[in-house]
Amino acid sequence: MTDSTAGKTVGQAVAERETSDEPLLRARGLDKHFGAVQALTKVDLDIPSGQVTCLCGDNGAGKSVLTKCIAGIYQPDHGQIFWEGHPVHVRNARDAGRLGIETVYQDLALADNLDIVQNMFLGRERLRRGVLLDEDDMEQAAADTLKSLRVTTVRSIRQPVASLSGGQRQSVAVAKAVMWNSKLVVLDEPTAALGVVQTKMVLELVRRLRDRGLAVMIISHNLNDVFEVADRVAVLYLGRMVAQKPISELDRQSVVEYMTYGGSEHAAALAPRPAGTQEDADVAG
Amino acid sequence: MSRVDVDPVGTEPPERQEVAAPGEVADDTQAAEAAAVVVVPPALIAESLGGYLRAWLVRIRSGDSGVLPVVLGLVIIAIVFQAISPNHVFLHADNIVNLFQQSAVFMVISMAEIVVLLLGEIDLSLGFLAAVGGVIAIQFVEPVTRGWPWWSAIIIALASCGILGAAQGTLISRLRLPSFIVTLAGLLIFQGMMLRLLLLGPFSGYPTLVGDDNNLVMMHNLMWANLDPTVSWFLMVGVVLGLGGLFWFRDARRRRSGLVAPPASLTLIKIAMIAIAGVVVVLICNVNRSVGTPEINGVPWFILIVLAVLVFWTVLLEMTRFGRYIYAIGGNAEAARRAGINLSSIRTWAFALCAMTGALGGILYMSSQNGMSNNFNGGQVVLYAVAAAVIGGTSLFGGRGRAIHGVLGGLVIGGIYNGMFLLSLDTHWQYIVTGTVLLVAVMIDALSRRAATAGR
Repeated sequence: MTDSTAGKTVGQAVAERETSDEPLLRARGLDKHFGAVQALTKVDLDIPSGQVTCLCGDNGAGKSVLTKCIAGIYQPDHGQIFWEGHPVHVRNARDAGRLGIETVYQDLALADNLDIVQNMFLGRERLRRGVLLDEDDMEQAAADTLKSLRVTTVRSIRQPVASLSGGQRQSVAVAKAVMWNSKLVVLDEPTAALGVVQTKMVLELVRRLRDRGLAVMIISHNLNDVFEVADRVAVLYLGRMVAQKPISELDRQSVVEYMTYGGSEHAAALAPRPAGTQEDADVAG
Repeated sequence: MSRVDVDPVGTEPPERQEVAAPGEVADDTQAAEAAAVVVVPPALIAESLGGYLRAWLVRIRSGDSGVLPVVLGLVIIAIVFQAISPNHVFLHADNIVNLFQQSAVFMVISMAEIVVLLLGEIDLSLGFLAAVGGVIAIQFVEPVTRGWPWWSAIIIALASCGILGAAQGTLISRLRLPSFIVTLAGLLIFQGMMLRLLLLGPFSGYPTLVGDDNNLVMMHNLMWANLDPTVSWFLMVGVVLGLGGLFWFRDARRRRSGLVAPPASLTLIKIAMIAIAGVVVVLICNVNRSVGTPEINGVPWFILIVLAVLVFWTVLLEMTRFGRYIYAIGGNAEAARRAGINLSSIRTWAFALCAMTGALGGILYMSSQNGMSNNFNGGQVVLYAVAAAVIGGTSLFGGRGRAIHGVLGGLVIGGIYNGMFLLSLDTHWQYIVTGTVLLVAVMIDALSRRAATAGR
């Protein structure tokens, strides 16, 4: 696992990783309503570095709203977000980017008519002489990042994104998010539109991000994916956080119960058992 | 350690090839990466000239035809009109310069239109906005009224139109009104404005450039004066050497750093084509166009003006953040917004700069007509400008197009106009033929777009 240039950028993230118990991101008591609709009610969420946190929940549970509060698209009505222990206000996507939060939305937010390099640097182009785009520098950096993430399936990084397959587009979107010294990468349904092989490729990419010490949050419906990569699972039910546990304390049935009823007797029965029990093994297989 | 050796992409017929980026030192890691299988559409591998040609053919088939259709169209127009024009005068040197002159206004206004088309918007007011620019410029240089220096008149005209364009852009970007409607209203408003401005001064609505005044002559010269033939040659050599050197050193540097770059042979071919085009234009322009004395020859000034606008917009669109954001907004406005781009500001500036460029086109029109009058048909001019852009290869759906498309499309429009005139055909035929060409161009645009999305 040697990284060439991108190792530098990510290396900093690793160095600054919290050594204490303080998670990278801690949200406390987030409330958000739209008109009469209460989308989030007193939501607490911890996202530690070097782990994959999966955010689950049924449709309308508030997954997207919570994600957007973290990404700066929405501002919570009440509550506080702590970043590396300090209270922060994320007012827009730029603020989030400055902190090191990058979000990959389900629709990927790639411009089809631009090539891979142009997309990866969109909004943060490097300049030379203060005016003109420094294409060489950007292309080099994009190539290095893709290589360090082993996204080696695209031959020319100067091909328009329109010509890429779904998995390749997802990989480009993730690489774009990783490029910016990011410490937390949020992936919204990263495998929703992908086939089996491409899903595998993307989940592999997620593991690589975690191994570099980044915090990863995945919003997913897909329990296969969840149990494939998650270290921790957080479940939203009708705008409330009903469970936040290490994956070892959960199994499929309990997650489904949390998602559909907001509670799980099964999980309660499961809890006392130590990690790596029979059920975990079943799920992993 | 790496699982990428599982074939990650199953959609394309796989072509397997080892990763071997140039200048890479092979060690264990690289060996592991080399084991990873690279799957690419064969078209995108292009290291030799042959490879590039194949890649080009695939791009054409996938819908990204570039300037090929419009160049073919120009060749067809040249052949047809040369064959059927009386005495085969179409390709005579003096007629070609004439054709350039007739096209110049369309070229400049079309380049302006391309900027807003790239955003996925349209500016229907551009024709009359250009006329407003032309009228302002001539009213300020008229010695009996203002008598200001020619350059200040041009600056005032460009600035005024820039403000009008920014006003439209603000309505479109802040209130999110459809540009079609806002600029349709603009078309009417600016037509009225043009008529009102024409009535100023003692010109009975027809200010002209006739007279000895230095500033009037200067305005007239914009479209009618020529460089000395010798100067034309030197200038052409300078431009070709400058552009050629720029392309050569850029591509060589990129090849050295192992970045995506065309092979040296292709760069040379490109430079050679620029040189040939330059030589041909200067040869044509240096032929004496006068039937008597004195001789009229040399490269006309307006060619330099059109080239300057082309360079300005090419650099702005393809080498600056502003241009990149215009493409991004046209391609995926939501992606641009999430990337932190200020959409309203970019859109407003685009409309303002588009209006200023259009105003320059209006000043050229005024110069070519030696004055302004109320028979300027701004509605037709803007439709020709849109037609020229689309014929040149710019998409009406946004995100795809280049400044050069305006120049090439303008040549097509000018060519048809000129050829029809030579045949002494009535204007109705000119409308019908131009309309048909536009339809064909839009069809190519829509079909190629469909092919591109279907191919994914």
